[in-house]
This record gives sequence, C-alpha cells and structure tokens, in this order.
Amino acid sequence: MTLLILLGVSLVAAFILAFVGDRKYAPEVNILGSATAFVASLFLAAEVYNNGAFTAGGEFFFVDAFNVYLAVLTTFISTTTAVFSRRYMRHERELGRVGKNAMRFYHAMFQLFIFAMLLALLTNNVGVLWIAMELATLSTVLLVSLYRTPSAVEAAWKYFILCGVGIALALFGTVLLYFAAERVFGSGTAGLLWTNLAASSGKLEPTVLSLAFIFFMVGYGTKVGLVPLHNWLPDAHSEGPTPISAVLSGLLLNVALYALVRCKTLVDGATHGNKAGYIMMFFGMLSILVAAFSLLRQKDVKRMFAYSSIEHMGIATFAFGLGGPVATFGALLHMLVHSLTKSSIFFTAGNASQMHHTQEMSRIQGLARGNPPVGWGLMLGVIAIAGMPPFGVFTSEFLILTATIKNAPYAAPLFLLGLAVTFAALFRRVIPMVFGNLPAHQRKIKVSQSVVIVHMAIVFILGLYLPEFLSQWFHKAVEILR
Amino acid sequence: MTTNLAAQINGVLAALILLTAFGLLAQRRIYGMLHLFALQGLFLSVSTAIVGYTAGLHHLYVSAVLTLILKVFVLPYILYALVHKLHIRKEVEDLVNIPTTMLIGIALVIFSYHLTAPVRELSTLITKSTLAVALSTVMLGFLVMITRKKAVTQIIGFLALENGLFFAATSATYGMPLVVELGVALDILIAAFIFGLFFFQIRTTFDSLDLKEMEKLKEED
Repeated sequence: MTLLILLGVSLVAAFILAFVGDRKYAPEVNILGSATAFVASLFLAAEVYNNGAFTAGGEFFFVDAFNVYLAVLTTFISTTTAVFSRRYMRHERELGRVGKNAMRFYHAMFQLFIFAMLLALLTNNVGVLWIAMELATLSTVLLVSLYRTPSAVEAAWKYFILCGVGIALALFGTVLLYFAAERVFGSGTAGLLWTNLAASSGKLEPTVLSLAFIFFMVGYGTKVGLVPLHNWLPDAHSEGPTPISAVLSGLLLNVALYALVRCKTLVDGATHGNKAGYIMMFFGMLSILVAAFSLLRQKDVKRMFAYSSIEHMGIATFAFGLGGPVATFGALLHMLVHSLTKSSIFFTAGNASQMHHTQEMSRIQGLARGNPPVGWGLMLGVIAIAGMPPFGVFTSEFLILTATIKNAPYAAPLFLLGLAVTFAALFRRVIPMVFGNLPAHQRKIKVSQSVVIVHMAIVFILGLYLPEFLSQWFHKAVEILR
Repeated sequence: MTTNLAAQINGVLAALILLTAFGLLAQRRIYGMLHLFALQGLFLSVSTAIVGYTAGLHHLYVSAVLTLILKVFVLPYILYALVHKLHIRKEVEDLVNIPTTMLIGIALVIFSYHLTAPVRELSTLITKSTLAVALSTVMLGFLVMITRKKAVTQIIGFLALENGLFFAATSATYGMPLVVELGVALDILIAAFIFGLFFFQIRTTFDSLDLKEMEKLKEED
C-alpha cells in the first residue's frame, strides 16, 4: 500500500501539473507531491527496518535495505529541490527565459522523472528496471533544452543520443541475462526477477553473464557518467535549469549506479570471482583521474561541478568494485553524502549565476559580501565536496581509502592524486568567487537558503556521528551486496 | 512447417535484415533510408511470427504485430511526415567514404560472431545462429549514427539499432516476457515523439538539421 502511494503520488502529480503547471500555485503542488512521496518512503523504510526485505504486487516490487535507502534519498532531495525551484524558476520566468508552456512542461516532467527513478529502484524486474531508466532519460531530455538556446539544444541532443545508445546496450545485456536465466527458471517473468536471480546466481552460466556484464557496464555506466562515456554529463548539467542539474547529479547518477551494482552482484555470484569488480575499479579510477584533470580547465561554474560529479561517481564505482565490507559501506555512505552536498552546491551555484547573469566563473565575484547565505553556502559545500573534515564526504572517502590501502595498495596513490588535484582545482576557482570584491553588476535576489542549510547540516552531522539506525542500515545493505 | 525449414527461412530473413542494415550504411537519400528501415521492420516482424509459429509461443505473435505496426507503419510514417514538413526531402548526404565504412561494417559483423560464440554453443533454440546477426545489426546501427551528420539520419540509425536489440531478444530467448516488450515499445514511441519535437527545436535554433552546426559545447583550452 505504502508502495502504491509512493509511486502513485509522483505519477498523479505529474498528470495534474501537466495541466496547471503554469499557475501561481504550481510550485506548491510540486512541493506537496514530492513531500508526500518523501513521507511515504519513510513509512516504507520503517517497514523494511522492522520486518526486513519483502516483495509486493505479485513479486513485481522488491524492497530491501539497499534500494529503500536510495528511495528515501531520492524523495528527500526531490522535495528540497522542489522547494528550491519555487523561487528559482519564478525568477527565471521573470527574466523571460521560460514561458507558460515551458513551466507546465517543466513541472510535469520533474514529477515524471521522480516516478521513473522510484520505479527503477523499487522494481523486482530487470526488464522493468531498464524501461524505467530509459523513461528517466526521456523525461529529462527536453528539460535540458528548456531554454532553447543553441547550446542547450545541442546539450540535450547529445544527452538523448549518447544515453539512448548507451542504454540500448544495457538492454542487450538484459537479453543475455535473461538467456542465462531461462536455462534455470524456464521462460517467463520468473527469469527476470532480482529475488530469483540473486537466490540462485550460482547456477547461471558464467561466460554468458560475463558477456552480459560488459554490456551492462557500458550501458548503465554511460548513465553513471563514467569515463569515457561521460561527454553528455557536463553539457546536460551546465545547460539545463539548475534544479534539473541538482536532481540529475544528486539522484539519476545514483540510480544508474544502483542498477550497475545489482548486476555486479549477480555476475559475482555466477563467476565466483571479482572479475566484474576489477572492471568497475578500472573505470572508476579512470573517471576519478580524467575528471580531476578536466576540472582544472573549467570556466563555467555548473560545468565544473558536473566534472566533480563524474569524479565522485568514479569514487563510488571504484569502491563498489573493490568490494568487501569497508569499501561497500564507504560507497553507500558516499552516495548519500555526495548527493546531499552536490545538490546543495548546485543550488548555490545556480543562485550565484542568477545574481550575475552568467555562469562564467571569472565574472562571479564577492558572493560572501553580496549575499552571505549563497557565498558561505557555496564555500561550505565546496569544503565538504573536496573531502575536508568534519563533513560526511571525508568519512566516506577515508573509509574507501583505508580499504584501498589494505586490498589494492597500487591504486591508493592514484586515488590520492585524484583527490589532491580536485581539491586544488575547486579552491582555485571558488575562493575568488566567494571572497573577491563586490562587482557592480551583481544583483540582489531572493533565495531559498533553508534547503542549503538543511543539506549541509545533515552532511555535517554525518561527518561527526553516524546514527545507529543508519549504520545498521548500511550494514544490512552491505550484507545484500556481498 | 518442419523445424528445419523454419530455421532456414529464419536464416534467410536474418540475412535480409543484415542486408538492409548494410543498405542503411550506404544509402545517401533520406527517403531511401526510410524505405530500407521499413523493410527491415517488415523482415523482423515476419521472422518473429515464424519463430512464434514453430515454437508455439503465442506471445510472439503479439510482438510480431507490435513490430509490424510500430516499425513498419508508425515510425516510418512519423519520420516521413517530419521530413515532409521540414522540407528536407531532397537532401542528399555527402558521406565521406562508403567503401571504408562498409569494410568497417564487415569487421563488426565478424566481431559480433566472435562475441556471441559462447551463447551460440549453449543455446538449443532454432534461432541460435541469428544472434550474431542481431548484434551485428546493433553495431551497424551504431556505425550509421557515427558516420551521419544529420539529425534525421542519426535517428534512423538509432531505430535500426533498436531493431537489432529486438531481434536479439527473439534469437536468444524467443523474446522477452510481454511486460518488458510492451514497456520497451512504449519507450520507443515516447522517444519518437521526443525526437520529432527535437527536429523542430534544432531547426528553429540552428536553421538547419545539420549537426555540424552543433559544435559549441567543447572543452576550451
């Protein structure tokens, strides 16, 4: 029941907003829809916490510690993003960058996107997971081109083609997985259910699953934004509206990584080795390094933080590939704190570009003086994302680094190099933006600072103290991913 | 119809699908490409129906009809209407080097046969030998997308790639469960509307559907 409410709310909200999305009260409807989904996901999480994993709807849905935690995160960030988007999009509309129809479209697609991600997380069917991932892409493609500028259209086209092709390969992987499963379960939906596949992954044909994993890696890896298929990500993040950049970075990448990690556990079960893990480690590390050095060359603020997202997804992918309790725990925590920090950074960066009418970093200055909440919000966000204590990102990166030194010492120097370069690149750009002199062209705008404060507070608390229920939670998820 | 005959007919249809995939690589005219794409959909649909008949799987008939409607009529019609509306009927694409592209295509086919060898050995289905053709169609669709510089022709490549995926599902496993196939068909339909909208957006912002114009977003040094 909770499940139906959780999924239904976003779908209904999408439908309603398709008609009233341009009205004055539309942002409130958007917030209400997301907040209801958030409450429902909390109830669902409580159910899993008390009674353990369960399936529902004739085995169509499957909820365990791993996916319910991501569902809560998804609905939480979608709620805060909806709050942020209220003022942000109103301002964009005043500037005349979006029209009436665009607002309707924006609100409806926002909710549809949330629905697609929740469906991808909660479904028990590998095929439906693929469909939901494709739906998530399709619902955001035209949001990226919302402003209709040449570069926005170009970014959206790139996003559409690259992710479309990438995810097509994941479908080929799904076909191969079904081929292997059919020999165990016979034809029919049974062969596509996570619950069945996970229970008897040892019986699946290892050669076919290894082949399937390569397709999954390329397919879902494209959506995670792993190098070398990351090209769409900086463009889509920099050209789309800021709330969309925040949810793409904070949520979509996580959901794609979730799909990849689920597939990895199956392949590991079949091959009795860590072959899939090594592939993930390689591409994770490659993403960390390429993103770190690309960060140095960025001039556009949202583009820079998009590269930072590639780097952090690389870290999480690397850690999941490394495997073992410590690294997996670190990766799960990293997904959580990265999402919170990065979406908060996008909020402040979006406000900063609204204040200066540009996303070019050289023209953004004196934020701390002009608008202290935005300036300090950005500064704290960057301190957190660079992995400084006492924020949560430090904890997760420290855990991952510890596991790396123990199990894959050869990778540790590269890992540290990536972190150091990122650190330098981010601070070189952000300090002038926050502290420089107040430029004449800076304008005063109203911002939703509460969401930034909430996000940063959670990341700060997680850096100092991990609540009992959360660590229990992660331990359970680590057990699942063994 | 004996199983042997069905396997042979299916083999012929697979060969025809591969042929149309190569045709898409070499065809310069947009209309010609549309016809080839519709033809490929038709072969795909017939092949699916034959497999459904011999294997006695009725859900494959649904897939065959779905393919027939979507890939032979709806999608080509949408594209046709768009091409007509955007007045790009007569446009001819200058492809750099067709022979080289064809040679790369042949290499991709050989690679596909190599890649799917383990699956072929394990499979007991009559369609086992066509999986390699399916993967080849996917790869050739890719190649079309890489070599073309116009939005419409890139999309045709993308749809041919989807055809290959569908064919793969039939060859490897006699089709995915119906829920999945319906969902995939729905996604393709949504994608069709999106690229339709896109053509207009690209046209209005760039004054042409040539993707060569799209070179703004690059890493600057």
